[in-house]
Amino acid sequence: MTRQMHPPAIRIMHWLNALAMLVMVTSGWKIYEDEPLFGTVRFPDAITLGGEAQGALQWHYAGMWLMVANGLAYVAYGLATGRFRRLLLPIRPGELLATLRDALRLRLGHDDLTRYNPVQKAMYVGVLAIGFVQVISGLAIWKPVQFAELTLLFGDFQGARIAHFVGMMAIVLFVFVHATLALIVPQTLRAMLTGNPGGSR
Amino acid sequence: MTKPPSASRFRPARRLASLSDHGGLVAEIDRRRLLRGGFSLGALAMLTGCDVTDNDAVQRGLRAVSRWNDRVQAALFRPDKLAPTYDRAQVVKPPRFNAYYGIEDVEPVDGAAWRLELAGLIGDRRPWTLREINALPAQTWIYRHVCVEGWDYIGQWSGPNFRLFLERIGADLTAKYVAFRCADGYTGSIDMPSALHPQTILATGYADEPIADPFGYPLRLRTAVKLGFKNPKWITAIEVTNSYPGGYWEDRGFNWFSGL
Repeated sequence: MTRQMHPPAIRIMHWLNALAMLVMVTSGWKIYEDEPLFGTVRFPDAITLGGEAQGALQWHYAGMWLMVANGLAYVAYGLATGRFRRLLLPIRPGELLATLRDALRLRLGHDDLTRYNPVQKAMYVGVLAIGFVQVISGLAIWKPVQFAELTLLFGDFQGARIAHFVGMMAIVLFVFVHATLALIVPQTLRAMLTGNPGGSR
Repeated sequence: MTKPPSASRFRPARRLASLSDHGGLVAEIDRRRLLRGGFSLGALAMLTGCDVTDNDAVQRGLRAVSRWNDRVQAALFRPDKLAPTYDRAQVVKPPRFNAYYGIEDVEPVDGAAWRLELAGLIGDRRPWTLREINALPAQTWIYRHVCVEGWDYIGQWSGPNFRLFLERIGADLTAKYVAFRCADGYTGSIDMPSALHPQTILATGYADEPIADPFGYPLRLRTAVKLGFKNPKWITAIEVTNSYPGGYWEDRGFNWFSGL
């Protein structure tokens, strides 16, 4: 049997991460509401998790364990199996720009979905990097005394809050683009559910 | 004595009554029910339901994780790690108010009639007057106050070091908890290692003046290693104990350790 594009472990971790992200983002929005950073940026209760601040905090500090454990497992898996090297590298700037141009002209090929194009590679590496920074800014907010050095990386406590907020926005933007593209090319969604793009032609 | 909740910055939950009913959960956690109920797929599938957090099993599970987080934070806590300190020029005057009611509802405490009662695992439980507190050597700290809501400010607090006070009254420094009762009905508690942290004081002064009424006159706790709500104001009684004391916000679902 040939290797699946997305082995079961990857699919499980992908959807666990989707769940963790949903919990972290929607509970984070409720926490934000207690002291908004930007007066005009508000999150109505209908799209938040937790009911009240304490409930949102409970979810946020529970979801973080799922997110971090799953994230560490994913990174360990990606490094150990060579998946990162195989699928995400190398990213060549010239190819990246060419693919970006094709994509914007809606002339992107989807002949081999088991190989990521340079734009995909850049997006996935980018969101992993943002996720890492998000963990750091989260620790800086949670423990501004024990991890005072991390808080200092962002200037001060409010700087860490802003970084955490901007990181959230970047991740939400990624999810929006990612989900839109997956719906435009549904074989990619099928691959993340069954292991392979399918639709053998 | 307890004031009704009002629209303050740090305000109680709308579903106060229903959450208070779960107060006993804090003391008793059933791990199997966490696994069976709290994180079941059914509960997760209901994420979009607005009341999912208050669902009994979900709330039990979330509070069990919160207790786990207490232990993680206690392990992360370094007794001699000092919080960053700042210059006098950076001190915000007056400090920012926070309570479970609005600043207009603050009832000033009469310093002359005030007594600090002591209870629990303490050798000498005689009550203290403000004059006696003020006779203790005082220290001044300028560090950050961080509220669970997300705001913060730099404040300058002075008063006797809390470890010195606990030693002076013959408290059992191996006990687990130090609990506080306040003139406004507020209660709170912290772990002993945080109570013994060098930057934890019984504050009587702010920015070289006695603390103003809204901020805890005549005596409040100030610690650099806890969120704001773990710093009770208008303290009237201190108890050293080994049984979990909980607290006003903790009983309503906020994380107990809440260490910075």
